[in-house]
Amino acid sequence: MTTTIAGADTSADARRRPGGLRRERIGHLLQHHGALMVLAVTVVVGAVAFDSFATPQNAANIVVSSSFLAIVAIGMTFVIISGGIDLSVGSSFVLAGVLAAYGSRYGLLVALLLPLAVCGAIGLVQGLIVARTGMAPFIVTLAGLLGMRGLMLAVSGEGANTYLVQNDAFSALGQTSILGLTVPVWITLGLVLLGGVLLQRTSFGQNVYAIGGSEEAAVLMGVPVTRVKVVVYLISGSLAGLAGALNAARLSSGVTILGAGMELDVIAAVVIGGTLLTGGAGGLTGTMAGVLLLGVIQSLINQIGVLTSSFQQVVSGAFLALVVVMQRILHRAQRLS
Amino acid sequence: MAEIAVAPRAWGGRAGLLAWLQEYGVYASVLALLLFNVVFTPHFLEVANFRTQLIQVAPVVITSLGMALVIGTEGIDLSVGSVMALASAMVVLYLGYGAPVAIVAALIAGAAIGAGGGALVAYVGVQPIVATLALLVGVRGLANVLVPQLTEFRNPTLITLGSRSVLGLPLVVIIAAALTVLIGFLVKRTTLGRQLVAVGGNRAASRLSGLPVRRVLVTVYLISGLLAAVAGVLATSRLQASDPTSLGLLMELSAITAVVVGGTPLTGGRVRVLGTVMGALLIQLLQATLIKHNLPQSWTQMVQAVIILAAVYAARGRRA
Repeated sequence: MTTTIAGADTSADARRRPGGLRRERIGHLLQHHGALMVLAVTVVVGAVAFDSFATPQNAANIVVSSSFLAIVAIGMTFVIISGGIDLSVGSSFVLAGVLAAYGSRYGLLVALLLPLAVCGAIGLVQGLIVARTGMAPFIVTLAGLLGMRGLMLAVSGEGANTYLVQNDAFSALGQTSILGLTVPVWITLGLVLLGGVLLQRTSFGQNVYAIGGSEEAAVLMGVPVTRVKVVVYLISGSLAGLAGALNAARLSSGVTILGAGMELDVIAAVVIGGTLLTGGAGGLTGTMAGVLLLGVIQSLINQIGVLTSSFQQVVSGAFLALVVVMQRILHRAQRLS
Repeated sequence: MAEIAVAPRAWGGRAGLLAWLQEYGVYASVLALLLFNVVFTPHFLEVANFRTQLIQVAPVVITSLGMALVIGTEGIDLSVGSVMALASAMVVLYLGYGAPVAIVAALIAGAAIGAGGGALVAYVGVQPIVATLALLVGVRGLANVLVPQLTEFRNPTLITLGSRSVLGLPLVVIIAAALTVLIGFLVKRTTLGRQLVAVGGNRAASRLSGLPVRRVLVTVYLISGLLAAVAGVLATSRLQASDPTSLGLLMELSAITAVVVGGTPLTGGRVRVLGTVMGALLIQLLQATLIKHNLPQSWTQMVQAVIILAAVYAARGRRA
C-alpha cells in the first residue's frame, strides 16, 4: 500500500528506472488498468460475435444508460479512496428522484436544487458523524440508507404517489440529445474531468489519498482530516442526488422503486475499476471502465437474448470476484519482487 | 458476557451509566418497549399476536446468529440474503426427490457458498465486504436463473416444517431457539468459539500463537451460509412457494442491524449471541409497535436508523 499513494507517481518511477522491471510494470499496468483491458477485450469479443453490438446506436444506448451509475460512482470513488464507504447512495438516488419530480411544479431551479440540497445535506451530516465520532462509515451510511429510504417513503405517501415531472425544461434536461448523446452523458463527462482534476491535481485530492493510505500519518502531516472526510461524503451525497434528479428528468417521473440496491452496483464498479477498498489507491479512469464494463455485460446479455437478465448478475458477481482475486495476487507478487 | 469483564460500579457516574447501557441497553430497550405495548397497545397480550411476531422474526434471528459469528472475526457477510434465495431455489429444484433431499441440497448449497466466501477471505486475502458482495450479486442471479419465476408447491413435510406447532410453539420458533442455544454453546464452550473470538480480536497474534486462522475463518463463513440456508428453507416452507427475486432481499441489512444493536462490536473480538437475538426482537417489536399505532412504514426505517446510530455510538467506548 505504501508504494501506491498516487497511481501516476509509481508508474513514472518504474519508467524512469533504467532497463525497467518489465514484470513489475506489467503487474502495475494490470492492477491499474485491468478493468480497461477487460473492457476492451469484452467489446472486441462482442463486436465479433454480434452484428448489432458494435453499432453507434448500441454504443449510445450503453453510454446513456450507464451515465447515472457513473455520476454516483464518481462520488463513491472519492469516498473509497479516503478509506470509507457510502452505502446510502442508492437511497439518496431514489429520494432525489422523488424530490425532483415533486419540486418540478415549482420550476426548473427547485427541481434541481431541492434534491441536491437535501442529499448534499445528508451526505454532510454522515461525513460529520464519521469524521467526528470515529464510527465506522459502513454503519453510519447503513443508517443513512435506512433513514433516507424512510424519508423517501414519507415524501411519496408510503410509496403510493408517483410524482410526474411538471416542467418541460426539466424533462428536456434528461431527454434532449446533443451530438447523439443525451445531456446527462455530457454532464457525466464534465464531472469525470472535474473529479479527475480535483483528485489528481489539487491538494484536496492528495489529502484524500493520504487519509486513505494512512489516517494516522495524514494527521501527523497536518492534513485537515475531519474537513476532507466531511467534504468527501458531501460530494458523494450531492452526486447521488444529482444523478437521481437527472434520472427523474429522463423518466419524467419520480419512480420510488428503481435505484434500491444501487449502492452495490456502484461499489462493484469502483472495485472492478481497481480502487482498493482499503483506501489510498485508485482513480476515476478505472471507475469509469468498471461502470462501462457493467453496461457492456448487460448489453451483451441482451444481445444473446435467450438468456434472462439474471445472468447479468451472475456474470457481474463473477467479474467482481475475478478482479479482486487478481488484485490480491498482483499485490502479493509486487510485495515479493 | 464472559470475554471482557465490565465492572460498572467501579466506574461510577456517567461512565458507569454508559458501561451499563453498553452491556444491557438492548435488554432494557426490549423490556421498555414490551411494557409500553402492554400498557398502550390494545390486544397486545393475546397469544396469537406473540406467535405472529415470533414466527416473523425467526428467519432474521437464524441469519443474525451466523452474521454475529462472522462479525466476531472482524468480518461481514453480505451474501446471506442471496443465500436464502438460493436455498429456496434448491428446495424447488430437488423437491421431486422428496423433501429431505431438497432440504439437504439447499443446506449444502448454502454451506458451499459460505465456505467459498470464507476461502476468498482466508486464503486469497480479499476483504470480507468485497468477497461477500460478489457473492451477493452472483448468487442472487444464480437463484434467479435456476428458478426464474415465483413457483408454488404443496409438500406435506414442508408444510409441517413451516406451519406446524409443537406444544403450542411454532416449529420455526423452536428451531430458531435451538440454534440460538447451539451457537451460544459454540461461542462459549468450544475451541472454535474461543478461536474465532481470538482471530477477531487480533489476527496477527492468533496466527503467531499457532491458531489455524484460515480454517477458523472458512468454518465461520460456512456456518453463516448454512444458517442463512436454514432461514431460506424455513421461509420457503412457510410460504409453500419460492420467489428468488424477493426472498431474503436486504436480509443482510436486517441481520447486521440485529448484531450491531445487540452489542457485538464491528471491530471483532467479541460475540454476543443473546444480545443478537434481542437486537432482532427489538427491531421486530419496534416495527410491530409502529404498525399497531398506525404509524407508517417510513417511520420504522427512520427510527431504525436512529437506533443503529445510538447503539454503535454507545459501543464506541469499548475500544478504548
